[in-house]
Amino acid sequence: MEIIRNGEIVQDRWQHVADDTPLPEGDVIVSLTRFGAERDALLARPGKLGVRLPPDVDLVETFPLLDGVALLAIEFPKYTDGRGYSTARLLRERYDFKGELRAVGDVLRDQLFYMRRCGIDAFELKAGKDIKGALEAFREFSVTYQGAADDPRPLFRRRG
Amino acid sequence: MYQYDQYDQRAVAERAAQFLGQVERRLSGEILEDEFKPLRLQNGLYMQLHGYMLRVAIPYGLLSSKQIRKFAHIARKFDKGYGHLTTRQNLQYNWLKLQDVPEVLRELASVEMHAVQTSGNCIRNTTSDQFAGVARDEIEDPRPYAELIRQWSTFHPEFAFLPRKFKIAIAGTDSDRAAIYLHDIGVRIVRGPSGETGFQMLVGGGMGRTPLIAKSIREFLPKQHLLSYLESILRVYNMHGRRDNKFKARIKILVDALGAEEFGRQVEAEWALIKDSALQLTDAEVQRVAKYFAPQPYAKLPESDAKLDALALSSNRDFGRWVRNNVTRHRQPGYCAVTISVKNPKVPPGDLSDTQLDALADLADRYSFGEARVTHRQNLVFADVRVDALEALFKDLAALDLGVANSEKLTDVICCPGLDYCDLANARSIPIALEIMQRFTDVDYLEDLGDVSIKMSGCINACGHHHVGNIGILGIDKQGEEFYQLMLGGSADYDASIGAVLGKAFPKDKIVEAVATVLDTYLKIRDSADETFLMTYRRLGAEPFKKVLYGDN
Repeated sequence: MEIIRNGEIVQDRWQHVADDTPLPEGDVIVSLTRFGAERDALLARPGKLGVRLPPDVDLVETFPLLDGVALLAIEFPKYTDGRGYSTARLLRERYDFKGELRAVGDVLRDQLFYMRRCGIDAFELKAGKDIKGALEAFREFSVTYQGAADDPRPLFRRRG
Repeated sequence: MYQYDQYDQRAVAERAAQFLGQVERRLSGEILEDEFKPLRLQNGLYMQLHGYMLRVAIPYGLLSSKQIRKFAHIARKFDKGYGHLTTRQNLQYNWLKLQDVPEVLRELASVEMHAVQTSGNCIRNTTSDQFAGVARDEIEDPRPYAELIRQWSTFHPEFAFLPRKFKIAIAGTDSDRAAIYLHDIGVRIVRGPSGETGFQMLVGGGMGRTPLIAKSIREFLPKQHLLSYLESILRVYNMHGRRDNKFKARIKILVDALGAEEFGRQVEAEWALIKDSALQLTDAEVQRVAKYFAPQPYAKLPESDAKLDALALSSNRDFGRWVRNNVTRHRQPGYCAVTISVKNPKVPPGDLSDTQLDALADLADRYSFGEARVTHRQNLVFADVRVDALEALFKDLAALDLGVANSEKLTDVICCPGLDYCDLANARSIPIALEIMQRFTDVDYLEDLGDVSIKMSGCINACGHHHVGNIGILGIDKQGEEFYQLMLGGSADYDASIGAVLGKAFPKDKIVEAVATVLDTYLKIRDSADETFLMTYRRLGAEPFKKVLYGDN
């Protein structure tokens, strides 16, 4: 599948695995529920591990368990559900998560710019959408007023 | 007033270009209406009954004459020749075509204006006191902070998809003209323990279906922490506000469900982790922004209070009445602030034509340093007028139908667009407002009534603030017929209160008569001419009014 990673279209090798499906070889992304139930086994297998975080995830409780996880997929059940933006910023700015942060679900071009500012670096665009055109979204703005995951300084600390 | 620098200018230009692309993709069918909706909403574009409505942001209500001229131009070229002032100090166009909107946004950007975040579930335009910077009872000018909030909230990447819309108001005076207790966040400038200024933080006020008065969650916030505290409130709300039911999604519902104390505790816990971050305001930035709001280059004039007293009793009775009702005392000797009433019986409350707008721009240049302000009561203010120019200004305004002497009087009605424009409305509100203005034309009677507010909405969403009118009117639909509920006792001031429904709703042809009965009753039962309608209501309650309107049963 093609996804956007670090501003480029790339072939993605990660596999999303449903809770009731046996694990394939290679790098897999599982739900937080499955991760909770099979954590040790999942971390022990060869291949990298990713975990899908639901929009109401409690990071205080969950983050300490995520040691060893290489990728976190933030679920956007609807593009109008903005909880994932806060989750992403906290993961980057407060928990210092260094792995891949991926937006999954109802991910559309016109949300990409803000998502990237919040620290999301990979995007599974909603099926059927123009992925090439979506890259434009990153170039639409050259001005940002706030500090965020991409640069902690608000404009007033950068203004020349 | 604030002037854009290269960053602000670039941001609005880029936004206009982005929206042009979005409109093109919508018109080509590449994106669906459902996906386009939040994009157009974040650019102030609503689909109304007749077509698109564009709401232009007027940050904290402050306008230059150049911007007013641009409003006139847009009204003429792209609309039906008028614009409409809103209760949140913005301006709306009701008759735009979708394909023209990108061009309108480009026109606006050329005079440092935009429609960013004037609708949608994001942080809206921050509103403030129309007499900011000139009011005598002001602790500190709120506008620099309103501008800092504007910049912080514009294109905020974390808070563009909140559970519901989000409104902030800031005031810095003893009397509240910004209705801060009825906003999602109200910021009140206060003095701290050692005399320094800071902020009291109020959260969870609002109208709509569930009217609630905001609660204080912090009595004193040192200035430099304003943005980090706002960010903390917004983050708690973004993560925990309800998203399952749009009628329960405003922050007031969350604050009410958790209790203000628990909500405040969560905010404080979040804030403790970010208060010392780069969000902390620097003195240099506060000073940079404050410079734009420095006092006007006033002429040195003698003290003018006595002169104003004399003008109020002028032999020209219309002028005298206008001075009494529409002129506010100023800090600077020889100057005053003038409220220009946009409430006359000929047009819907808050509507201004292109010719009026052009003329107002010229008058602002001639009389008030080229600036004007929009008030939350849908009027305009010239904040820096020489007392010795008042009579000339009054003549010029009267020639434009803008010399009505009814500021804060009964006919200074706040009213939503209602069923004439809005597809949410259940009933019309504009015709009722006009009927009130046409019925109560006896200026002596209006002055005798004193300060009393009528606020009217055409549905429970309460855009006309009916909950906080001294007299509130709510349009409802009963089996296809328009009825109007009457409520009394609301107030949007620091002593904010929600009005109570009086009894059965009135049909359309009886509601204004009912208002008249309420007013006559008030005049009979007040204990003196100094007791306002609200004071009388608070002293005696609803009973005397109920009795007259509905009889004993």
